[in-house]
Amino acid sequence: MRKLALNDEILLEIEKPARYIGNEVNSVNKDASKVDVRFAICFPDVYEIGMSHLGIQILYDMFNQREDVWCERVYSPWTDLDKVMRREQIPLFALESQDPVKDFDFLGITIQYEMCYTNILQILDLSQIPVHSEERTWEHPIVIGGGPCTYNPEPLAEFFDLFYIGEGETVYDELLDLYKSCRLEGTSRETFLEKAACIEGIYVPRFYEVSYDENGLLESFTRKIQSVPEKIKKQIVMDVTSAPYPMAPVVPFIKATQDRVVLEIQRGCIRGCRFCQAGMLYRPTRERDVETLKEYARAMLKNTGHEEISLSSLSSSDYSELKELVNFLIEEFQGEGVNISLPSLRIDAFSLDVMRQVQDIKKSSLTFAPEAGSQRLRDVVNKGLTEEMILDGAGQAFEGGWSKVKLYFMLGLPTETDEDMKEIARLSDRIARRYYEIPKEERHGKCQITASSSFFVPKPFTPFQWTAMCSSEEYIRRAYVVKHEFQEQLNRKSLKYNWHDADVTILEGVFARGDRRVGKVIEEAYRLGCLYDSWTETFCNEKWIEAFQNTNIDIEFYTTRERDLDELLPWDFIDIGVSKNFLKHEWERAVQGTITPNCRLKCYGCGAAQFGGGVCYEG
Amino acid sequence: MKARIKFKKSGALRFIGHLDVMRFFQKAMRRAGIPIAFTKGYSPHMIMSFASPLGIGHSSDSEYFDIELKEAVSGREAVKRLNEVMVEGMEVVSFRQIGEEKKMTGMAIVAAAEYLTTLKKGSLPDNWKEKISEFLAQPEIRIRKQTKRSENEVDIKPLIYKLEVTENCFYMQVAAGSVQNLKPELVMEAFCRFLEVEWETVDFHHHRLEMYADVGNGSGRELKSLEDMGWEMEIETA
Ligand code: SF4
Repeated sequence: MRKLALNDEILLEIEKPARYIGNEVNSVNKDASKVDVRFAICFPDVYEIGMSHLGIQILYDMFNQREDVWCERVYSPWTDLDKVMRREQIPLFALESQDPVKDFDFLGITIQYEMCYTNILQILDLSQIPVHSEERTWEHPIVIGGGPCTYNPEPLAEFFDLFYIGEGETVYDELLDLYKSCRLEGTSRETFLEKAACIEGIYVPRFYEVSYDENGLLESFTRKIQSVPEKIKKQIVMDVTSAPYPMAPVVPFIKATQDRVVLEIQRGCIRGCRFCQAGMLYRPTRERDVETLKEYARAMLKNTGHEEISLSSLSSSDYSELKELVNFLIEEFQGEGVNISLPSLRIDAFSLDVMRQVQDIKKSSLTFAPEAGSQRLRDVVNKGLTEEMILDGAGQAFEGGWSKVKLYFMLGLPTETDEDMKEIARLSDRIARRYYEIPKEERHGKCQITASSSFFVPKPFTPFQWTAMCSSEEYIRRAYVVKHEFQEQLNRKSLKYNWHDADVTILEGVFARGDRRVGKVIEEAYRLGCLYDSWTETFCNEKWIEAFQNTNIDIEFYTTRERDLDELLPWDFIDIGVSKNFLKHEWERAVQGTITPNCRLKCYGCGAAQFGGGVCYEG
Repeated sequence: MKARIKFKKSGALRFIGHLDVMRFFQKAMRRAGIPIAFTKGYSPHMIMSFASPLGIGHSSDSEYFDIELKEAVSGREAVKRLNEVMVEGMEVVSFRQIGEEKKMTGMAIVAAAEYLTTLKKGSLPDNWKEKISEFLAQPEIRIRKQTKRSENEVDIKPLIYKLEVTENCFYMQVAAGSVQNLKPELVMEAFCRFLEVEWETVDFHHHRLEMYADVGNGSGRELKSLEDMGWEMEIETA
């Protein structure tokens, strides 16, 4: 029988012990003595969140296809087990073998959002691995970071041995082979890292140094040794159809956030919303072949036994074979009691028709993400959704029997005025009015319009990367402007408005565009007890504020300061294929309120065509 | 057509709670391609009902659930197919046809359960084996029993059908099901009280051996295992 790292007593004492026992359907077990490389892959959040992440499932499958590698999973122990492990000095373990992570060759951590940064330190700390890269030896695993946050890895630079910038399917084989040969030859860890730094897409922070001027601005970012590249080039898979995809993903015992088969239909997005980092990072848009997706759907449902299948992409409506795929899924699987869930669909005749077939209209709601209340501001952010489209879509849906609408907005977008904010409430009201235009006999009671706003965080590699964000007080003021305007509306009884927390947003802002100095705050906050900062029940702003004070780091330098277009930015050494010039142009067009059509309508030469495929070469 | 599935649960799977075991088997049914029937409506779900839930941390040789089938299958084939999609610690033992009567399924018919209980932490006085008969000879065995809403003292003696020693373990047969249910922990707690052993200093592992229905007609108990209530299901294969 498999051994468990935790004894019965501990497992019975903690919440959801199934998070820590491994052994799930489709998890991979190998003989540790027969592999050359043991890879622990980690999502630094609780099991149910981490298990829902497609990227990890892809890499897990890809690594385990190699006979010489055994890849296992690791997630953050929840706060209850965290305490027990510290008390009893139990080293963090991987789920499959239940062996300590510190004995592995690699620890790969995917970094999906800024608010998991203290959890990364928890993973290292509980694993009994030194948190600073400098202090590690061959006794410790090579710690790799990947995922969207690594497009500005600088705040985390001290904690990682290397970062993998881009999609995991391209150069991991090369890295693993290099590791094997270095270990065989007995080279030093430093030499291995130096060689790794020469693989395209690999960034080894210790070989680069930074300096700041008297105002604290980044002055230079230079190589310490000449053998490593000056710029790190983002890795992407051009042929997504033949890229590895897990036909038998792991099926958790407990309900994960994503308890379904996920079909990734495309990567990238043609739209070019100016606030959206993913839209720039994953350029160019690349579609998976529809016939391949059909086969995947069949195999994955069979191998997991899931009762639901969902499509994943940034904007599913732009997938050119969407109709074909959706009709196939309905015809093929609905009779077998498989739910079909279709997030991120634009509301139009087709999607309404599909939704009518796959869900209960009375229970489901329509979702729009206008992002800004006024057309003016929507043009600034290049959100190609007009009021007419929203009212038309909602109107059709209301006539078809729907009565619930969800609207998503952002507050604090560049150039936003009080008038733009108030338009959020007014637009919501106009949607409600559209509902009440329907004769009373044909309506289904009152409508429910729920508007939510989050606060805008400027992200690297977007046209808004230079802009100032608001202070926490200003965000709250704006939310109150909107709230107040909602109370003025005719249909206020059918409208609801809520907004996200502003304190977390500020921290996200600091880390999103932070530099190497910011790492100290993360360490200090962790020392003060910050953990699971993305969870409202565990987030503690006071401790964070204390951490900033203790480390003498000025929040506003990173948040409310507008950057000069010529300022050297901490992430400028990464080449995502989209040129800085394009981003500057887009910024200028934004200020003028000029929209930029999507990639299929007109190519604006962002630079991503250099990858030689995808939407850039469709026509 | 109704079928009853018997399975074993052990090892790491002892930490999977009842609801998750249900979810596990719903997905297993699909993986194994068992032609299970669904309810009608917008969100159809499998027609499946589980017998008495097993406490977290316990192991079992005899867990049960009943399903409705769209068509007959070979029981032996179904066991094989299900075991191909199981994980270590979960093993399907039998797949048998059962009667069509509504009240015959799942929780409704469970009347008793049998456990093998071993001490895994702490110690009992040397003469504990002899003390069992004394313990059972008491006119009443009163213990505080916690329910969802209240805590009250009850006499559990009538619910203990058997309590014996086998080798170094306890063997017990107790009332189970929706009418009266006695957890093995409570029996051990009462026994430890009786021995004047501090309850917090000991810990037991409970292993469920079997679950029974009462097929007696009013005059006394007549227990029959849930498995024995079903019969082998075969289909003609060309
Ligand atoms: S090069 Fe043109 S088509 Fe390609 S991603 Fe950039 S803007 Fe779109």
